[in-house]
Amino acid sequence: MTADQSHEHEHVSLSGEEAPPPPPIAPAEPGTFKKALRQKRFTVGLGITVLLVAFVIFAPYLAPYGENEVAGPPYNKATGLFGTDYLGQDVLSRVMHGGGEILLIALLGTLLGMVLGIAIGVVAAYGGGWWDEVLMRLNDVILSFPQILLALVVLTALQRPSAWVLIVLVGVSHAPRVARLARGVALGIVTRDFVIAAEALGERRSRVILAEVLPNMNAPLLAEGGLRLTYSIGLVGALGFLGFSADPGAANWGQMIQENRLGLATQPWAVLAPVLIIAIFAIGTNLMADGIAQVAQRGDN
Amino acid sequence: MTDLGTIVASPLEEVAPPRGQHGAAAWFLWIARRLGLAVLTLWLVSILVFLATAALGDPIRAILGRDYNANPGRVAELEKLLNADASIFSRYFDWLGGLLTGDLGTSLASGRPVSELISGPVQNSAMLVFLAAIVMIPVSFLIAMISVHYRRRRPDTVIQTVLLAIAGLPEFVIGVLLLALLATTVFKVFPAVTISSPTGHPWDNWKVMVLPTLTLVLWVSPYVSRIVRASLLEVIDSEYVELARLKGIPEGVVMRKHALLNAIVPGIQVIALQLAFLAGGVVVVETLFSYPGIGLQLVDSVRNHDVQVVQALSMIIASVYVVVNLIADLLSILLTPRARTAISS
Repeated sequence: MTADQSHEHEHVSLSGEEAPPPPPIAPAEPGTFKKALRQKRFTVGLGITVLLVAFVIFAPYLAPYGENEVAGPPYNKATGLFGTDYLGQDVLSRVMHGGGEILLIALLGTLLGMVLGIAIGVVAAYGGGWWDEVLMRLNDVILSFPQILLALVVLTALQRPSAWVLIVLVGVSHAPRVARLARGVALGIVTRDFVIAAEALGERRSRVILAEVLPNMNAPLLAEGGLRLTYSIGLVGALGFLGFSADPGAANWGQMIQENRLGLATQPWAVLAPVLIIAIFAIGTNLMADGIAQVAQRGDN
Repeated sequence: MTDLGTIVASPLEEVAPPRGQHGAAAWFLWIARRLGLAVLTLWLVSILVFLATAALGDPIRAILGRDYNANPGRVAELEKLLNADASIFSRYFDWLGGLLTGDLGTSLASGRPVSELISGPVQNSAMLVFLAAIVMIPVSFLIAMISVHYRRRRPDTVIQTVLLAIAGLPEFVIGVLLLALLATTVFKVFPAVTISSPTGHPWDNWKVMVLPTLTLVLWVSPYVSRIVRASLLEVIDSEYVELARLKGIPEGVVMRKHALLNAIVPGIQVIALQLAFLAGGVVVVETLFSYPGIGLQLVDSVRNHDVQVVQALSMIIASVYVVVNLIADLLSILLTPRARTAISS
């Protein structure tokens, strides 16, 4: 959560109440993305994220050793840049191979969580009454679980999680948190004149939501998406660290920490390399999210 | 953690009691409704926990793995233990009944009663969360106040940038970095794993507690102090604080009496959420430091597919969350004059 975002709802609801008459010819509003590009922290965050994604995609082709190739004796500092891990595999190569799963699950999980959460939040806000009450109570139920607990509870009865199970778990644990925000933002929009006008024109409810409500929520939702991505990286990394990953044989940053923990005193790089790359990734996405949040907070000004 | 924003933006909207009734009756109605909702949430939580652990997959197959087909005797034994013949409804109500009467069942992995297994870890985790909370709360308020004192100047920008960077880090990253820095590689001051005698408590040796507590504090404080800073700034820019300054009241008093008191309500909501967050954070932090609390036990039980222990522990963590939120709501109402008058007028 960024502190700055907390102003968002007030801003939206305020402008809902006292919407000033628009000037006759309004200049085209630059998009959220363009405005965000003027933020230093957004460009830095975006740069880090893009570089890391490129690293995850292309590094496996450049790695000096294979994913499970033994390069030297276990916990040997002399081999390669970062030495070897508990099985004698090259740490640098493992790091270069190990980002795929974490990136894919975090991205798809975030996407799923955003879509589910926005759908729930907007329907609750726009439907009002019973819809709102029931959806928000059910939301509270999932909110009572810390995100990692929800994943662990489901993993209890499964022999080994597939990547899809992990994606769904990440998505479902994000959804109620996104829904709460989306509902708050949408509440400030559904009472505004253009929504009422669209309803008066006899537009279908689904069209009102898709064409009138959603396009006006994109800045706070983008900020939320960036933040959710940051938490997804942490969540997937933590699950890997706890030993829950789709493929235990494959290289995986979270799991590397778990595998090499006992060697922290003798060969710290085997643990620190994956930890640092997760840290850089998380800082990048978080900076990006905060940059968008700054734009969202300023809104139409 | 983004829920924080929603709460802070509109603490009154979230907790505002029904209007239009008078005095004590309104209070009673409001508290009864709030309690009822908490009970309803917990009931739904119990259904979710039960379905996820007992019905979504096949725990017996997960426990036995490849032995499932080779060992029909063990399968039958486990099925009897889990009462797998009965319908899902009767199993759920048996379990819920046991939960309400304090009978948490028998651990599949060790064959011992669950309540006996978890009582020690529950105490240990409570101590860890308590320590983290009493360090975290003053630290984050202090950072927020320093930041606000230098608002929109260089020190504020530096503090906010550092906090923003830390806020994105997952708990295991902070924990591993602290381990490398203070336990294994650079300074070897604190123990890397928790060593405690089976009869004693881990906190008998204070050094053991430092790294787990510090990890939780560093993980949570950035969020709390950023939110407190934002609500302090909002208060400080308000007209009555301006007036207090114009009257010539010293800046220190203005900060303490006018600003801080009014920023405390959102602070309470944030702290409540963070306490609940700590309950989730202990899972990873305890595993990292081998601290014998519910987090470590939960991870072990999930790995062993020990359904009964997982059910009990997740119900405990969810209940803590619901109760902490309930208390936070009550406190916010009591500390907000506007909301107080809204109830009784």
